[in-house]
Amino acid sequence: MIKNKKPKILVTGAAGALAQQVINRLRNDYQIVAVDFRKQTYLSDDIPSYQINFNKRVFEDLFRKFEFDGVIHLGRITSSEETRMRRYNANVLGTQKLLELSHKYNIKRVIVLSTYHVYGANAYNPALIDETAPLKAAELTMDLIDSVELENLANIYLWKYRDLNITILRPCNIVGPGVQNTMSSLLSSKHAPVLAGFSPVMQFIHIDDMADAIVLSYEKNKSGIYNVAPEDWVSYQEALALSGCTRVPLPSIPPALPKFITKVLGLNIFPQFLLNYFKYPVVIDGRSFNQTFGFKVKRPLKEIFRFYREMKRHD
Amino acid sequence: MSLKSYLKEKIVSKEFDAQLKKIQKPVGSLGYDPWGFNAETHKIVLSLYSGIYNKYFRVKTDGIENVPAKGPVLIIGNHSGQLPIDGTLVGYALAARKNEPRMARAMIERFFPTIPFLGNFLNQTGAVLGDPVNCAKMLENHEAVIVFPEGIRGSGKLYKDRYQLKRFGNGFMHLAMKYDATIIPLGIVGCEETIPAIANIKPLAKILGIPYVPIALPVIFPAKVRLNFGKPMKFEGGDVREEEVTRRVEQVKSVINDLIDKGLSERKRLF
Repeated sequence: MIKNKKPKILVTGAAGALAQQVINRLRNDYQIVAVDFRKQTYLSDDIPSYQINFNKRVFEDLFRKFEFDGVIHLGRITSSEETRMRRYNANVLGTQKLLELSHKYNIKRVIVLSTYHVYGANAYNPALIDETAPLKAAELTMDLIDSVELENLANIYLWKYRDLNITILRPCNIVGPGVQNTMSSLLSSKHAPVLAGFSPVMQFIHIDDMADAIVLSYEKNKSGIYNVAPEDWVSYQEALALSGCTRVPLPSIPPALPKFITKVLGLNIFPQFLLNYFKYPVVIDGRSFNQTFGFKVKRPLKEIFRFYREMKRHD
Repeated sequence: MSLKSYLKEKIVSKEFDAQLKKIQKPVGSLGYDPWGFNAETHKIVLSLYSGIYNKYFRVKTDGIENVPAKGPVLIIGNHSGQLPIDGTLVGYALAARKNEPRMARAMIERFFPTIPFLGNFLNQTGAVLGDPVNCAKMLENHEAVIVFPEGIRGSGKLYKDRYQLKRFGNGFMHLAMKYDATIIPLGIVGCEETIPAIANIKPLAKILGIPYVPIALPVIFPAKVRLNFGKPMKFEGGDVREEEVTRRVEQVKSVINDLIDKGLSERKRLF
């Protein structure tokens, strides 16, 4: 298997639906090795899969053994999982380790999945934020620091080790079958909280389209930082309505009140530190990615919301 | 049927719907644009607003055909009247223009997005947070944008200072030059009389975190409003010194002053 002539790619976050979609698209042309921080996932007989902590020394053995050509780093513990400390270790320190090893073992191509959350949900955000805008998420909440730090780190390596050819992707809300992030959980639920009087414009990308975008950015080697979002928009509350959710308004002012309510009720689906994203729009400009990579989404918003609506009907 | 489509059916007349359909507006598959504009809400609100525009303020326009039908446009006017009524009237006037109607975007104060319901409502009707990045991106998308360079200095003006232009910022001129936008100067007469204020309670405004708290009667007077649109103005871009930019801004300002004077001299009575 090691002597296989296909180029080899290490894909992190293998337990997630997105990584599995990416692997499915790449497996014919590449030898894939899958790893995940959280659990071991069986993918198929020809894809070695490991549960591994990037900060442990055994992680380096994988690099020695497989001589990877590229890395697709999708393994991010999202803000709604785990404690802040564990997230920091996994996302920031783990990524640093991954990038150091990538450099040490002469890897020529690295994709890092970030998120639009890094821009921060601020009342004064202009729309169509482009990649040069400052990352303001950290000023709003400590809980998003790992996302911003992960980006900073990837940025440093992008300039420090040019031969890694790092591409950082900042997608809008990734949703669709199998996705388990906050937004997908909200669209899946029968009753979804909203902040009364606030319905920010949002962007959604279907998981299949996102997987296409990742594969495209791996194959067309153009390092840099790119937002990934379709040129289509909808307000949060309308997205819920179209997904067949009943909206449950929470009092929105003063701002401490909804924070208090979500905390007391233990509303994990509506995490405190993401509340501002349900209040103020963070609309990103995905045109640079679309033009550079010739990318266009294939699944329109209506199809995305139909999926969630029909899922509820079958429950 | 959703509430929105029900309202649309009840409120928006067929003629008006046809008129608004003529407006070319790039929106996504669900009728939204990146700034939160929503085509359906816009139709309903404009229909409701026609009474206010035609019957309450009895708006009279002059030179509205000067606003180009296509391409990036900055409509630069004098701001007044405590509430941004002037912006809404200009927006309505252009959308209801018989030939080549156009959707113009008003730039709004930074505190609006923090107000529940109102902020969203304004966005859905086409208003946009007054941020230079927003304005630049809209001009890049070939939109028409309404800008009041006096900002809150203009809207918070007291009655005794009516029709005296406050300082203009230079931002709009830089954007016009960069994006090769046509400037349409606009003199608005009448809005100063809608909410005449005699004083501003500054300490209270500070506590509330809003730009001003006027002492005024809690009514909006039905002053007759005149919108005088001037001839298009174009300014070459390139490496221009700030001094020259200020001179160009003054040039626009003086045209607006003339348009206001014209409006005031045409006016027979306030209401």
